[in-house]
Amino acid sequence: MNGENDDTIIAVENLSARFGSNIIFENVSFEVRKGEILVIVGESGCGKSTLMKIMIGLLHPHAGKVLFQGTDIISSGESQLKHYRQNIGVLFQSGALFSSMTLRENIELPLQEYTDLAPEDIAMIIKMKLGMVNLAGYENHHPSELSGGMKKRAGIARAMALDPQVLFLDELSAGLDPVTAAELDDLIIKTNEALGTSMVIVTHELESIYKIADRVLMLDKNAGGIIAEGKPLDLKHQTTDPRVKSFFWRLKPDESSEQRFYVS
Amino acid sequence: MISESPAPDWSKRYKIEVVRNGTDLSLRLAGEFRLQNLTAFKREFDQYFREKGVLYVVIDFSEITYIDSAAALAFIQIKKRAATQNIDCSLINLNDESKGILSVIHDDALTRPPIKHPDTDNSVFSQIGQSSLFIARDFISFMAFIGELVVAMAYTIRHPQSLRVKDIFFYMRRAGVDGLPIVGLIGLLTGLIIAFMSFLQLKQLGANIYVPALVSFAMLKELGPLMTAILVAGRSGSAYAAEIGTMVVNEEVDALATMGFDPIRFLAIPKILATVVVVPILTIYSVCFGILGGMIIGVTSLDLTVSTYFTQSIKTIKVFDIATSLVKAGVFAALIAAIGCQRGFQVRAGAQDVGKFTTSAVVTAIFLIVVADSVFAIMFYYMK
Repeated sequence: MNGENDDTIIAVENLSARFGSNIIFENVSFEVRKGEILVIVGESGCGKSTLMKIMIGLLHPHAGKVLFQGTDIISSGESQLKHYRQNIGVLFQSGALFSSMTLRENIELPLQEYTDLAPEDIAMIIKMKLGMVNLAGYENHHPSELSGGMKKRAGIARAMALDPQVLFLDELSAGLDPVTAAELDDLIIKTNEALGTSMVIVTHELESIYKIADRVLMLDKNAGGIIAEGKPLDLKHQTTDPRVKSFFWRLKPDESSEQRFYVS
Repeated sequence: MISESPAPDWSKRYKIEVVRNGTDLSLRLAGEFRLQNLTAFKREFDQYFREKGVLYVVIDFSEITYIDSAAALAFIQIKKRAATQNIDCSLINLNDESKGILSVIHDDALTRPPIKHPDTDNSVFSQIGQSSLFIARDFISFMAFIGELVVAMAYTIRHPQSLRVKDIFFYMRRAGVDGLPIVGLIGLLTGLIIAFMSFLQLKQLGANIYVPALVSFAMLKELGPLMTAILVAGRSGSAYAAEIGTMVVNEEVDALATMGFDPIRFLAIPKILATVVVVPILTIYSVCFGILGGMIIGVTSLDLTVSTYFTQSIKTIKVFDIATSLVKAGVFAALIAAIGCQRGFQVRAGAQDVGKFTTSAVVTAIFLIVVADSVFAIMFYYMK
């Protein structure tokens, strides 16, 4: 499981994060493999978002490495980081679309910055990307004219503008109704299968985890790191760890010694 | 491990092998086809399709090592365009990866026209019309806001305990105390400039002795209130608009309303009261600094002693002038704070709106200050 092999696209090595003297997590190591959907779970405050922010180069860790194609993006310079950022896409919790721009302009931005494409090619690519997220025809809409689910999908279209190798999605289904969240899950699976994009997803929705995750990483606040790693159903049925059990069986901690009921 | 160079030469990453056989053209693709070399390989394809007498084109994908969605889209477009030139174009030996990518490109999405069209009517007449409508609506909404303010104020007077005194002190500090250095400096420099300019003219007539009176009169009646008001509009009017605007964007104003608070009473009244209290004080402070600035010129260039300058300064000032100056400052303060708050509440969504209405708060406040000042000038002339 551990160690770098040909399938590894991002390797996280001995990562530690602190806010002042407050230790968020320590010695976290794992890898993101080519084409997989990796889901990171854990209670609020366990450092999921911090971990993701370090992995996308927005936060500096206390110690450790994040290797992309063998290069540490933490210690490397601006140009390496820029290269890395062209190879990843990020969907923020609220979509983070630029509200003053139309969807076309939002998606156009990375294409104009990083490629030498002719305007008509860019226009076609935008149409294609919007079609991929089922928003065909919405290029002249502003984000404020879209619903929450549509904003997320438009965010995915923008994150996918450069066909990144890895897509990071923060709190994928937060604030969405179950039907919209399920549609988003389908979109993630379809994109992953068709384009082979690796995905790193932070979510709490069990249903969605069973549906989309190839592998689950579970962080724990008190343990200060990863307490479980594996396929979601394996974790559900084979774990002996009460913390993992309580998450997958949706039990209160004191009930986790016995499996009384579950909702999934 | 050796890292990939940040800017590889993508044009060398692909190869197209061309075999021409009568009307048949076979293109064997190898390597990486992606966004970064899309323009280059598209141009190459253009050349092949322009060759005379080609009727059948076969594009062989078997040796492609990487293809992204943009490149896949380009091949779909190449195929489509070939059809319009009556060339039979086919893509063969697609691996699973390419098939996967092609499966998510929907022809329908590529041809569907935008649901919404951007506003294109930019003729002079429509612009004039829209601006007029905007000004009219703006006036109405400001009047409505004044009305709501009066209602909120009446409620506050009847229920004084609902007033958030802590907030008033906070904004008094923000608008008043924190503004002392800049208001003082601008007052000083204004007084200095008037003294210097009038001294240059009056010395030709030997009327140097009137410089102190001129400075104090101008500062007290016009420049003190005006300069202070403009500074407060820039410092605090904009801050009020930005603060309330951001609260609107974050749904904090909605939260207030649903908790049963009147957002105007809760947010605007403390700001307006604090500003109205503080600006007249700032004005007097600014006038004092103006006189001080004049005194610097008086003592250094006019050979006046400090005490002569001072007595000459206050000789012309009447209590009526001080009162009108304070009234003016109070009215300016109310205008600045009201406009700032109203603009803040007009924000609907997004960072851009906050910027737009903050700018508008300052511009409108300064405009209204000057209008009000003209009205006061005429009014006080007839009141004497």
